Amino acid sequence: RGTFNLKASPVGAVLFVSLCRNTLLEANVAKLGCSLPPARKTGTTICGVVYKDGVVLGADTRATEGMVVADKNCSKIHYISPNIYCCGAGTAADTEMTTQLISSNLELHSLSTNRLPRVATANRMLKQMLFRYQGYIGAALVLGGVDCNGPHLYSIYPHGSTDKLPYVTMGSGSLAAMAVFEDRFKPNMEEEEAKQLVRDAIAAGIFNDLGSGSNIDLCVITKGKVDYLRPHDEANKKGVRTGDYKYKHGTTGVLTKQVTTLQLEVMDESVQTMDTS
Amino acid sequence: WAPLSSSPHTNSTTIMAVEFDGGVVIGADSRTTTGAYIANRVTDKLTPIHDRIFCCRSGSAADTQAIADAVSYQLGFHSIELDEPPLVQTAANLFKQMCYRYREELMAGIIVAGWDKRRGGQVYTVPMGGMLVRQPVSVGGSGSSYIYGFIDSKYKSGMTKEECLRFTADALALAMERDGSSGGVVRLAAITESGLERSVILGNQLPTFFSA
Repeated sequence: RGTFNLKASPVGAVLFVSLCRNTLLEANVAKLGCSLPPARKTGTTICGVVYKDGVVLGADTRATEGMVVADKNCSKIHYISPNIYCCGAGTAADTEMTTQLISSNLELHSLSTNRLPRVATANRMLKQMLFRYQGYIGAALVLGGVDCNGPHLYSIYPHGSTDKLPYVTMGSGSLAAMAVFEDRFKPNMEEEEAKQLVRDAIAAGIFNDLGSGSNIDLCVITKGKVDYLRPHDEANKKGVRTGDYKYKHGTTGVLTKQVTTLQLEVMDESVQTMDTS
Repeated sequence: WAPLSSSPHTNSTTIMAVEFDGGVVIGADSRTTTGAYIANRVTDKLTPIHDRIFCCRSGSAADTQAIADAVSYQLGFHSIELDEPPLVQTAANLFKQMCYRYREELMAGIIVAGWDKRRGGQVYTVPMGGMLVRQPVSVGGSGSSYIYGFIDSKYKSGMTKEECLRFTADALALAMERDGSSGGVVRLAAITESGLERSVILGNQLPTFFSA
């Protein structure tokens, strides 16, 4: 085979350079008796609702790698612009990268037009990109925000189709969440009512869908203000152990004790804090 | 059971358009499915392409939305260059060019309908594969199979706008009753020289027929 000239690739696109190598690996790995790591997906329940003053977006916080929970508290509500946020279901990497790309392009667009971006613009950019990749980018999104034309809510599917609706749900837990919405949604709700409805819809997904779990994040977007409530509801707090396997000092009698100090020089001491946000 | 994001989002659909003297009547159901789950039960499949030109979309939701957006752009640009409202035939040909060129990649069945000064009300059908033909009445989508007989027996030329609206609503209701992939509400629109009148017939207000 000839060499692959990387300089000829387009800038800022999804490169399929590893495709040949991956298919080869997949074929050979089966012979060895093991399997390739599954892509990290967000099993997910995400939803959104339009209420009197704006939109409320909600999401669970579980990220799965096959049948194992990879992240118990991941953030699925992504920033697009100061007045627009987007929940993402499907392949975690795809939702993360897609929302970041469109957020970046939308900021440039906003600087060019000298206006606050519109939700319809973000919708167009997302749907045109996803359609271009013909569904291979597994990103199912709930896009919501408030702009000069009022509050708007869109659901965007991996193949590039979109629906503009007053309430939407996506992800593996979407049926459970939709059941709650279809029962209790009313147009022009008050903020507290809308937040409670979204919270209950996500909870339905968390407790009835294996792919969704942990906490409930909410994002309330109104004209001029965004409340990013993470977590809004810790629906699954880790239990406190009632007993302890540790033995207390003195359980075992000590006969003799000998201390030998090691001759060590302290060269450098530094503290690195871990980012737990 | 959860909707797989791998199942494409389709407007399985029943869509219809009828010409009358002075305009056209178009109609569609409102169901979009992902596998067996109804992703949107109030879809608007009657998409404006220009002031007096609409298209009815059936097939893959992503494909038809992308095609409609592209044709709207092309037609808008063409109309500005022409400094005149565009012809329905032009819009239909733009759809045909796109649907024929990319026929292997697309799954789109589209009916283009509208009014223009040259030929009045016109209906053009662009089914999957990219054929283009003008018809006085046209139906499309998975639900259309069930109403060909009804259309053939009940259609007569020279109907008024109200008769066309009634005819379309009846046909769509019959199709929605028999086709699992069609349902929800009936969306209608009447396009004439003076403008556009949109209406919705909710589920409980649909015309009823004999049911066993």
